[in-house]
Amino acid sequence: MGERIVVSGRVLDEGGRPLRGALVEVWQANSAGRYKHKLDQHNASLDPNFDGCGRALTDVEGRYKFLTIKPGAYPWGNHYNAWRPAHIHFSIFGSGLLSRLVTQMYFPGDPLLPFDPIYNCIPDENAKQRLISSFDWENTSPGFALGYRFEIVLRGREATPMEAR
Amino acid sequence: MSDSPLNVPTASQTVGPFFSIGLCQRALDQLVPAGLSADRIITIGGRVLDGDGHGVPDAILEIWRANEHGEYSSSGDSTAAGEPAGFARIATNDDGNFEFRTLKPGAAKTASGEKDAPHLVVVIFMRGLLRHLFTRIYFPQEPANTTDPVLQLVPADRRRSLIAECTKDSDRDLSWDVRLQGDHETVFFDT
Repeated sequence: MGERIVVSGRVLDEGGRPLRGALVEVWQANSAGRYKHKLDQHNASLDPNFDGCGRALTDVEGRYKFLTIKPGAYPWGNHYNAWRPAHIHFSIFGSGLLSRLVTQMYFPGDPLLPFDPIYNCIPDENAKQRLISSFDWENTSPGFALGYRFEIVLRGREATPMEAR
Repeated sequence: MSDSPLNVPTASQTVGPFFSIGLCQRALDQLVPAGLSADRIITIGGRVLDGDGHGVPDAILEIWRANEHGEYSSSGDSTAAGEPAGFARIATNDDGNFEFRTLKPGAAKTASGEKDAPHLVVVIFMRGLLRHLFTRIYFPQEPANTTDPVLQLVPADRRRSLIAECTKDSDRDLSWDVRLQGDHETVFFDT
């Protein structure tokens, strides 16, 4: 139940090279803004046909694609009248340990983004923009689903672990 | 297309409270290769503890184990001799306990030619963390622990948080706890 969407993009390294065979895992709330998780008590419908999770490997050009339902915004207890903007969680394994990434994809024009402390904890404006997907005509299927594009750039593969301060 | 330049790495965001639907529905445990003899299997158990000493019931540990040459290269590499590198994703239970089985990895030479001590790399995810944490598990009674270049970066009084302890008088049955904050906080690495 909800608005069908196609989310696709590429997984790239910092040099812009596509990563093939990268494991991309996603999870999200349903269209009513509820996760199929025993601890999610939000008073919104569960959809018995929607698990809200998936995974894929990128192809030789680093591409992935998911067909899903646009997630709803949902309230959370962080502060009075706190709502998370609609988002899809992403977990990505790149070429090594240091490129391991967990992030969230947002939707363009979401009015909740300026108020979301999780989104706003990112200091860099370019990096914030990077987490907002873009509307994607190319992957919009006539009569079926809107496309959104989300490109993922993983950190370098050469860095060395150092002790935290 | 997003207007931000593609050379900006994608930022990290918290896994949130409901990550288990995405990350824990399918078992992911390749630390012990099929057919490994039982006397090479090491069990490591422990707890993930918050700053108040309470168990964290919804943390995930991702364990990265090098192969016998100390390399993490693709576990599917059939040209490498011996056991492949391994990986597992382990969730804590309602009390914050976890346990996994592994074999002891080999030790790599560092760029400067020193020899590492055998260790596992552990990546920790939990709600509220903006970015996952990196730490390591070294093995007890391991002579190379005294020369391992990464361990030597850590002040001596904090190294213990990185070295598993023997239990049941066995060096194949180890315990290792993660303390996220407070006294005896586990050493986490910047990367």
